[in-house]
Amino acid sequence: MPRFLKEFFDRNGLGIGSLMLGLVLFWTIGLIIMPQLSMLDFSFRPNLPPPEIGGPKDVYTMENYKYLVFGPEGGSQDFNAVDLKVFYRTLIAAVFVTIFNLILCYPIAYYLAQTKGNHIRIFALMLIIPYWINEILRAFALRIIFGETGVLNNLLVAAGVFDTPFDFIRNDIALYAGLGYAYILLMIFPIYNVIESLDRNQIEAARDMGASWPMIHRRVVIPYAKPGISSGCTMVFMLSAGALAAPQILGGPSSLWFTQLIYQQFNDNSDWPQGAAYAVVLLVTCILLVLAVMRLFKVDMGDIGK
Amino acid sequence: MSAGVGVDLENLWIRFGDFVAVRDAKVHINGGDFFSFLGPSGCGKTTILRAVSGFLEPSEGQVLIGGKDMKGIGPNKRPTALIFQNLALFPLMKVWENITFSMEIKGASARERRKRADELLDMIALPDQGDKLPSELSGGQRQRVAIARALCAEPDVLLLDEPLSALDLKLRQHMRTELREIQKRVGITFIYITHDQGEALTMSDNIAVMRAGVIDQIGDGKTIYNDPSTAFAASFVGENNVFRGTVKQVQGDTALIATNRSGDLLARVSSANQGKMKAGDDAMMFIRPEAFALAPVGSEGDHFVTATVTNEEFEGNAFNIFMEGDGGKEMKVSLPNLGQSFDSHKGQSMTLQYDVQNAVALPAGDLATE
Ligand SMILES: Nc1ncnc2c1ncn2[C@@H]1O[C@H](COP(=O)(O)OP(=O)(O)OP(=O)(O)O)[C@@H](O)[C@H]1O
Ligand SMILES: [Mg+2]
Repeated sequence: MPRFLKEFFDRNGLGIGSLMLGLVLFWTIGLIIMPQLSMLDFSFRPNLPPPEIGGPKDVYTMENYKYLVFGPEGGSQDFNAVDLKVFYRTLIAAVFVTIFNLILCYPIAYYLAQTKGNHIRIFALMLIIPYWINEILRAFALRIIFGETGVLNNLLVAAGVFDTPFDFIRNDIALYAGLGYAYILLMIFPIYNVIESLDRNQIEAARDMGASWPMIHRRVVIPYAKPGISSGCTMVFMLSAGALAAPQILGGPSSLWFTQLIYQQFNDNSDWPQGAAYAVVLLVTCILLVLAVMRLFKVDMGDIGK
Repeated sequence: MSAGVGVDLENLWIRFGDFVAVRDAKVHINGGDFFSFLGPSGCGKTTILRAVSGFLEPSEGQVLIGGKDMKGIGPNKRPTALIFQNLALFPLMKVWENITFSMEIKGASARERRKRADELLDMIALPDQGDKLPSELSGGQRQRVAIARALCAEPDVLLLDEPLSALDLKLRQHMRTELREIQKRVGITFIYITHDQGEALTMSDNIAVMRAGVIDQIGDGKTIYNDPSTAFAASFVGENNVFRGTVKQVQGDTALIATNRSGDLLARVSSANQGKMKAGDDAMMFIRPEAFALAPVGSEGDHFVTATVTNEEFEGNAFNIFMEGDGGKEMKVSLPNLGQSFDSHKGQSMTLQYDVQNAVALPAGDLATE
């Protein structure tokens, strides 16, 4: 038995230890790895009516993946331009949502973490309470704000900024705002957590030696907060790229999110293998992208867990 | 030595809400001095330092550095460098980057910085340690890196907030000498904060004794030790025996005090209180353990004290004798070991004498609680 397992059992006793280990294993293997593997399996199979499953036609194939790249066989185009474009756009948009979120949340997290006093608790509560409201309701609330006859347009037109209402939804502004807002907490809290443990004297020491505020952040706070920043960015990126409710409700009629394509395959076309293949491609690309960026900024995997 | 840049606190008040942390401080610090603020925990030492370094705006009064009013000048613009109570080295920067951070701010090239770092590392006797991280150094080494980092900024005034408090006794005593030497070498003004009177006495040119936001006395170590101006200063700096009583009569610079336990005793009125003590006032008289000498048994008079021995202790260079003192506290007498022997025993009564010049009469006041 490896040492860490032995220590684990020594500390918790055999009964509780086995129970805890069992639950964790059930959670990771039974609820995450197995279903994902079955999805992976689906993605390599043809879409067959139920009687033919397990029959002679049920063989492994790459056709679901080919479909994403080249479109339907014998189709009019060389590439599946529509779906690829949606895929590409989704990733780029998720990257931008992440960056935008980071720029917005870093100052908030810094302020929360480095300011003392009771008002901070109220401030944090005000950030948290909106998340008691269902995600879909929040998205619809944003629709009310951004809609053609919405609050924002009424104000802007009344103030004379625009002559006619601006279509925030068709221009995807509502979508980005919704996605940005949806995961704000997941960005703020990891960063807040790390910065809170930063010794205030370090900031003062830097200041005492003549550093400007941008310099202090660049050389002292941000390097220290890197694990929190990576962890926040990873979560926000993954969740934005995989979001469904916000694009569904706030997206313009002509702009699809890649998850919507996946949803259509599963639901409207009842083509589970095709949907699974799309989902696998999205997942793998996101993971690779995250790993590449982590490498670029020299972040360790262990840091993410901090 | 160059004149150095002096620091003045003029009628400085610092309040946190209703709480007065510093009350009407008036301090003049000579350029090039090693100046210490000495006081018990929570008396407002750090607060004063933060006002000098610019992290705190005084509620009233002024901080002058080199004669210039520092009002509205931020900590990054003052010619001071602060060494924090917990050092506050940057954990993710290498030692040499830590040391030269102030140069990096001014845009110095990496080569220049590296060169300066090596010079400073030599000075603090840590050559070739520049590429380590602070966490890879010992406490004393980190201490020296913090000093080098502050000196690298070439401040006119170096502020040190109990920088030795985290070190063990041996290292602390070693660092005292080292700090004093560094100060002499660089010739700038050091303002040093400590609650350790030994540190203050050994290192400082001048000392300000603080109590609960008030500065009780400013002077060099000898003056503070020999001629304290308040009961607090007398009891906080060094060991001292207190005799409570009332003034019976003042003649020139000596006062006759009717003590509660030991009869009428003579003492010199401290310089700061001459002309201020008059018959009938509550008074306190202080005699240091080493100021006593044995007297023939039964001697009586205004510079003899007789009391019962409660305990004895041999310290090598001295015999410590503890006797029933004033207010239930033990009175300590320290007699140098000159090869003599005593026929003193616990429970016996013993008579001591002292030189009136070595007994200090002060107006009654709060004592340090240790
Ligand atoms: N920001 C603040 N708000 C309110 N009170 C404060 C603040 N800073 C300090 N004080 C109070 O002012 C008093 C002096 O504090 P200060 O930190 O100067 O003490 P100190 O002499 O440095 O003590 P120590 O030797 O323990 O470091 C303390 O009673 C403290 O509670
Ligand atoms: Mg302090």
